[in-house]
Formats: sequence, C-alpha cells, structure tokens
Amino acid sequence: MIALEGIRKAYGRRSVLDGVSLALEPGRITALVGPNGTGKTTLIKVILGLTRPDAGRLLLDGEPVDDDGAYRARIGYAPQAPRLPENLAVGEVFAMLRALRPGAALDERLIEDFGLRGEWQTRVGTLSGGWRQKLSSACAFLFAPDVLLLDEPTAGLDPVSSGLLKAQLRAAREAGRAVLISSHILSELEEIADDIAFLSDGQFRFSGPISGLLEETGMRRLEPAVAALLRGLRVEQGGAPRSRVRA
Amino acid sequence: MSTIGLVLRASARDLARNRWLIAYAAGFWAVTEALFYFGGSGPQVILSLLNAVLFVVPLVALVFGTAHVHASREFIEMLLSQPLSRRSVFAGLYLGLALPLTAAFLLGAGVPLLLHGAAADAPRLALVLLATGGALLTLTFAALAMVIALATDDRLRGMMLALGAWFVLTLAYDGAVLVLVSAMGDWPLERPLLALMLLNPVDVARVLVLTALDASALLGYTGALFRRVFGSALGPAVAVAALSAWAAIPVLVARRRFLRRDF
Repeated sequence: MIALEGIRKAYGRRSVLDGVSLALEPGRITALVGPNGTGKTTLIKVILGLTRPDAGRLLLDGEPVDDDGAYRARIGYAPQAPRLPENLAVGEVFAMLRALRPGAALDERLIEDFGLRGEWQTRVGTLSGGWRQKLSSACAFLFAPDVLLLDEPTAGLDPVSSGLLKAQLRAAREAGRAVLISSHILSELEEIADDIAFLSDGQFRFSGPISGLLEETGMRRLEPAVAALLRGLRVEQGGAPRSRVRA
Repeated sequence: MSTIGLVLRASARDLARNRWLIAYAAGFWAVTEALFYFGGSGPQVILSLLNAVLFVVPLVALVFGTAHVHASREFIEMLLSQPLSRRSVFAGLYLGLALPLTAAFLLGAGVPLLLHGAAADAPRLALVLLATGGALLTLTFAALAMVIALATDDRLRGMMLALGAWFVLTLAYDGAVLVLVSAMGDWPLERPLLALMLLNPVDVARVLVLTALDASALLGYTGALFRRVFGSALGPAVAVAALSAWAAIPVLVARRRFLRRDF
C-alpha cells in the first residue's frame, strides 16, 4: 500500500538512514524495532513528509506521492512522547483536526474506549504522559486511515488501555489497513505484529514475517531472536559488546 | 485558502488569549496616553512616541515571535502530519503571529493616536505615518523572528539571536554609521549613507515619520539627505515602499526555510 524505496537521510555527517526500503501491506501489522537512535522515528517522519529524505522515493499504491501533502489524508500518525499543542483543550484538538478535514469518515471508538470525553475540557499541557499518549493514538485513528503509523504507542499506557489499543489494531488489520508500530516492548509486538523490520545503523538487518525471523535465528520467541540478531551485529562489528543497546 | 484561514484562526485564538500580548497593547496605550497628557499634542510628543515605537516594536516582535514559534513546534508538527501543504501551513502561521501583534500595536498606540489626532493643532500626517510605520515594523520583525526560530532548534539560542538582531538593528547600526561618517568625513558619503539607511528597517521607519514633521533639525544627517533627494512629497512614499520590501524579504526567507526543513 505504501512503500519506501532507497531512502537516505543524513544529519550533517551522521547518516541515519542509508538506503532503506520497506513496504507496508494492507491487512498487516509491521513492527519497527531497533536500538535507540537508529532512525525509527526518522523513518516514520519520512513517510509523513515531516523529514525530507536526501534520496529515495515514497510510493502510495505504486505512485510517487505529491508534494502538496494531500496523500496524508490516508495516513494516521501517533507521534512519540506525544507532541501535541499544549494550550489547546482535548476537545479543541479533535475539533481542529475535524475542521481541517471536513467530510472525512470518522472512527471515534478509541475516544470512547479511552474515556477521552471525560477530559474534553482539559488542556493538553496538564494531561499526564499516559493520557497524552491516549489522545495521540485516538487522533491517529480518528479518520479511519488506510495507513497507521504509531511511534511507541504503548509507552506510558496502563495495561487496560494498551489492551484496548491492541484490540483496535487488530480491528484495523481486519479492516485491511496497513499498520507500522515502533516499540521496544517485544512481547507486545509478538502478540499483534505479522512482520518485523529490524533497523540498525541505518539499514534493515531483517525485514519480513516474524516466523521467518524465528526460523532464521532458530529461536521460539521474538525476544531471544532479536537478541540473536543484535549479537550477530556485534560480532560483525568486531565483537566489542556495546552497552545500552536495547532491542 | 480555507486551510490558511483555519491555521490562522487556531494560531490567532491562541495568541489572543496570551497575557503578554494583552500587556503589550495595554502598555502601549498607557505610554501613549501619558505622553499626550504631559506633552500636549505637538511634534515633541510624536518624537517621544516615535522613539518608543522604534525601540519597543522590534523588541517585542522579535522576542515574542521567536518564543511563540518555538513553543508552536508541536502544533506545527501536528499540522504538517495532516493533509495540508507546507505553503498553506506557513502562510497561516505567519499571519497567525503577525496579525495579532499588529492588532495589539494598533489598538495600543493607534487608537489613542487617532483620538488625539482629532485635536486642532495635531500633525495628522505624522500620526498616520507613525501608525503605518509601527505596523510595517511589526510585520518585518515578526518575519525576522520566524527566520530565527526556524533556523534554531534550541530555544535559548533562538532567543539570543533575536536579542542580538534587535541590538544590531536598533542600536549598533546607527553607532556604526556615525563612526563611518566621522572617520570618512572628507569623502562624498551621501549616496552610500542613503543606501545604508534604506538597509535598516528601523531607520526607514524613523525617516518616514520625520519627513512629515517640520523639524529638519531632528532629521539628522541621513534624514535631511533623504528629504533633499526625494522631496517631501515623494519621501514618505519611498519610505513606505522600502519598509514594505523589508516586510516581504524576511517572509520569503522564512517561507523558503519552512518548505525545506525537517520537523
């Protein structure tokens, strides 16, 4: 449905994405994993057009996207550590989004499920981290988009809320939407994701069905399989274990 | 167009609630009233007010504008992840900053100016030009603030740059010109000086108001020169045109930056 081809992006001399290609298919949930600072967020922002790649193409249904941003009508995005305007009230955020897309179909189930109506008058700046996360996810789902991009959507969510979100993600898959989730919580991804894309040092070290990764590494669970990938990387890089590497 | 309107409305509604902006308008009103109260309605009041405008308007527009754009980063990111073009988001953001600032200035300084301008001996043209000059300065420095805020990710750095730009354009520039004049007094400096004056929006605004006052002694070297070259009829028109150009150029620079940068 949406595809990246040969995306390169460098900030100054530091190359973040080094020729990355990825296709998101309808009805599939893709998990985007990788150590901190490997460009997961940059990759998502390239799909959104928030970050301009140095090279490469973005295709929607096989066609290169226009620069005027109209293609974003088909994308729902929940940013990491929700970056939302602080001085608007929750209700005003939704009202503004709806005003920007008059006539679009609405999916307000997450608003109801999360109980966001109870916080309708609360200013975003005074919401707790978890509530902002809920607001952000509800915004991403609001227009029933074909493509969902969720950057660490369950960070800071209580178990009940993250269960509700997962139920919505499954429903989205049933409805034939393409979903990309970045997360560090592998057990959670294992539960809902079909495919996994492992990004490290600007390139995908693995990209394909989770079952394929398990097979390749000879593991039965995702966590040790990703750990095996990381170990493989370290051996490649000369064996020195890098501290603070999380998958 | 409706997109620009929506972004503008959201941004302006946010600013209209802003305490600093209300304080700015109220402060200007108080200063203007006080000057008229103590100084009558002659050219001296206009001069004092002119100095206040030239000093305060760039400062407020730069500092407030830079802080506002930096504080709007999340809002901008949210807008840009919607199906809106960067061009319309930029237009909405700039107008959403510049129009409330201009409105605050015109309410704070313009309304009392009009009220007192009704007095019999008031130099009306100068009052109108003062309001016009202040409004155009607001547009110019709001755009400069956007250039600075879009070029910096760090808020403190942006604020230092804003204060630096204010210091250079309102204080250091004239000092440097004076040094140049006294160091090169033997040379025919008239044309270069005129060019130097047109290169600083604060100087242009000053000359714009002074050409309407019959106070040649206050015009200063470049002001007198300006009047001699352009005449008292053409002078204000040239100054308004130069100020408008000054308002447009930083807008174009900020827009270019906005269309290209990563968020």
